[in-house]
Amino acid sequence: MSRRRKRSSRDGAIAAAFKTCAKERRSAFVPFLVAGDPSLEATPDLLRALVSGGADVIELGVAFSDPIADGPTIQRASHRALAAGSSLSAVLGIVERHREELGVPIVLFTYYNPVHARGVENFAAQAADSGVDGVLCVDLPPDEGLRELQPALEERGVDSIYLIAATSTRERIDRAAAASNGFVYYTARSDVTGEREDLIPTLAREVKRVRRRVRLPVAVGFGISTPEQVEEVAQVAHGVVVGSSLVRLVEENSAEADLAARLERRVRDLTAPLGARVL
Amino acid sequence: MKVRTPLAAAALEPDEGGRYGVYGGRYAPETLMAPLEELSRAYDKLRRKRTFQRRLNHLLEHYVGRPTPLYFAEGLTEHLGGARIYLKREDLLHTGAHKINNALGQVLLAKEMGKTRIIAETGAGQHGVATATAAALLGLDCVVYMGEEDMRRQRLNVYRMQLLGAEVAAVDAGSRTLKDAINEAFRDWVASFADTHYVLGTVTGPEPYPRMVRQFHSVIGSEARRQLRRLAGTPDPDVAVACVGGGSNAMGLFSAFLGQPDVLLVGVEAGGRGPELGDHAARFSGGTLGVLHGARTLVLQDEEGQVVGTHSVSAGLDYPAVGPEHVFLHDQGQIEFTSATDQEAIEGFHLLSATEGILPALESAHAIAEVTRRAPGMDGDQVILVNLSGRGDKDVESVLEYDAASGDQVPVRRPSGGDSVSVRRPSGRHSGSGAGDAE
Ligand SMILES: Cc1ncc(COP(=O)(O)O)c(C=O)c1O
Repeated sequence: MSRRRKRSSRDGAIAAAFKTCAKERRSAFVPFLVAGDPSLEATPDLLRALVSGGADVIELGVAFSDPIADGPTIQRASHRALAAGSSLSAVLGIVERHREELGVPIVLFTYYNPVHARGVENFAAQAADSGVDGVLCVDLPPDEGLRELQPALEERGVDSIYLIAATSTRERIDRAAAASNGFVYYTARSDVTGEREDLIPTLAREVKRVRRRVRLPVAVGFGISTPEQVEEVAQVAHGVVVGSSLVRLVEENSAEADLAARLERRVRDLTAPLGARVL
Repeated sequence: MKVRTPLAAAALEPDEGGRYGVYGGRYAPETLMAPLEELSRAYDKLRRKRTFQRRLNHLLEHYVGRPTPLYFAEGLTEHLGGARIYLKREDLLHTGAHKINNALGQVLLAKEMGKTRIIAETGAGQHGVATATAAALLGLDCVVYMGEEDMRRQRLNVYRMQLLGAEVAAVDAGSRTLKDAINEAFRDWVASFADTHYVLGTVTGPEPYPRMVRQFHSVIGSEARRQLRRLAGTPDPDVAVACVGGGSNAMGLFSAFLGQPDVLLVGVEAGGRGPELGDHAARFSGGTLGVLHGARTLVLQDEEGQVVGTHSVSAGLDYPAVGPEHVFLHDQGQIEFTSATDQEAIEGFHLLSATEGILPALESAHAIAEVTRRAPGMDGDQVILVNLSGRGDKDVESVLEYDAASGDQVPVRRPSGGDSVSVRRPSGRHSGSGAGDAE
């Protein structure tokens, strides 16, 4: 595999963020929001709120018309964002204008079709120019991604992040790990995204199984929504991703003047237990 | 004639990753990758197994009603004046459409794999009914996802599925049609694959679906070929026509004639209300390369890669993407694609009803519409083979609605040439006139 990079992502901002957390002996907090929900104008303020609440890396969701891996909460958010005029172009614009000011690495969390429609070369160039640090396409496993998207991203020093699931065989884990830069994303449930009351009982064992085979930091997401769950996952993972619960907060408070402040408070609550990692 | 589904036959197969050239593939969330790999392995093992083939063929013959007749449509032929028209009567199958060939094959496969629950999506309801039927037959639980708009326009099929013991889950997302039902079925499957098989109803989706669904339907083409040899004196028609939603009935028919330069294969898409994006489901004229529901293929989408709404009077063709193998074969010059508007399809529906006493499914009526354009220009010794993929009972209400919205009386001549019958049809006169007519 080509290791040619203009900007070495091994030492890119994502890797650096996880390194900082490791030094501080804590897990990274990785919040997710859908860009453009409730509006494109509101998004920068919400991203600032994530950062001041304690985000280490931001997963910025690109709304798609057919989000097959998402539960109702993120489906509704995607729908609102599209109705508000969000698109991959708009998201790249937001990153371009605010990445530096935010000072936190941004991973685009997207379905593959919007990227494909733009053309992978175009997309990679624009993502790099806008300051996007990494890209995760939910429906682009390494089987296809290694050939189709990764070379273009690598060329420009943008990290590729792949998912690992409970169903991933050893070969698949190794492939995702070898292909990813920055971190790998372990999906805590075999399910669509969405808040859940409990974590699955075998989660700690599963994450350890993955960590044994992966040299990169392992972030865990899907179904994590309360500070207690964050604390539990932080025991075993290098990063904790929270999505639907924040997206729901935005949904329920979108008419409030202090939406951003409410989001920031929520992120503070969620990051409070993060010191507890004992890796 | 014995039923022999050519499951193990050497077909034009995609590569290991399910690719037909640059089309197809397996673009799925990681959680589904291992279950899809398991499905590919199970299917490849079973389709070569004699006991499985025997079981399937036995059911196809005694339960489903194969082989279906090949019928020389003398009335339609005389009416159009030109090529001899043969109908492959998939409409006579149990449950009323070709869909049962695949549904039964996959549910048998699921049972062999030890699954206890079946899920499916449905547009027109025919695939849902077929799957619910197979699940009832083999004693498996069944949930069918269906868009609310489709539940409205195909409500008889909703009740049929319920009578068969299936749960029909309403999908109120997006356009509330087939694509949204597929989204929801995938969402279910991500969480349920351990005990559940997803019976995808057409030649789309991630590997192995396109090749598996095609193979279960290839019996249509192989039968038609043998029947044509007997009936028309030649196994190969000059033209073979089929409607194309995802493309399963077309692949089933065409698979027997691929690589034969003398047979012109024509796929007919839904031209809907007209050529504007959003008004039709004609992927070959309005689509661009994209990735939807697991495959790289032609997709109706905007420049930002958002999938756009589609429209067709027939729920089964109302889908923004098409099976990847069709796109590959189109590139190769092996299949030609055209479309028929809502109005042309409605006219085709009336025409076949009046000239042959056969109510075609509105999907199949698109193929009939193409025949009415093509046959008159052909010689009387030439042969057109049409896949009559389903029967029109489910569509009577839709046709009634459509006709009521317009309402002029148009005479269609009987084949005998004498008196004419009056059929109600919409005002905008002819085919192709397209946009706005149906409104
Ligand atoms: C009778 C009939 N024909 C055709 C179709 C379109 O599907 P395909 O293109 O997969 O044959 C359907 C789909 O519901 C159908 O019910």
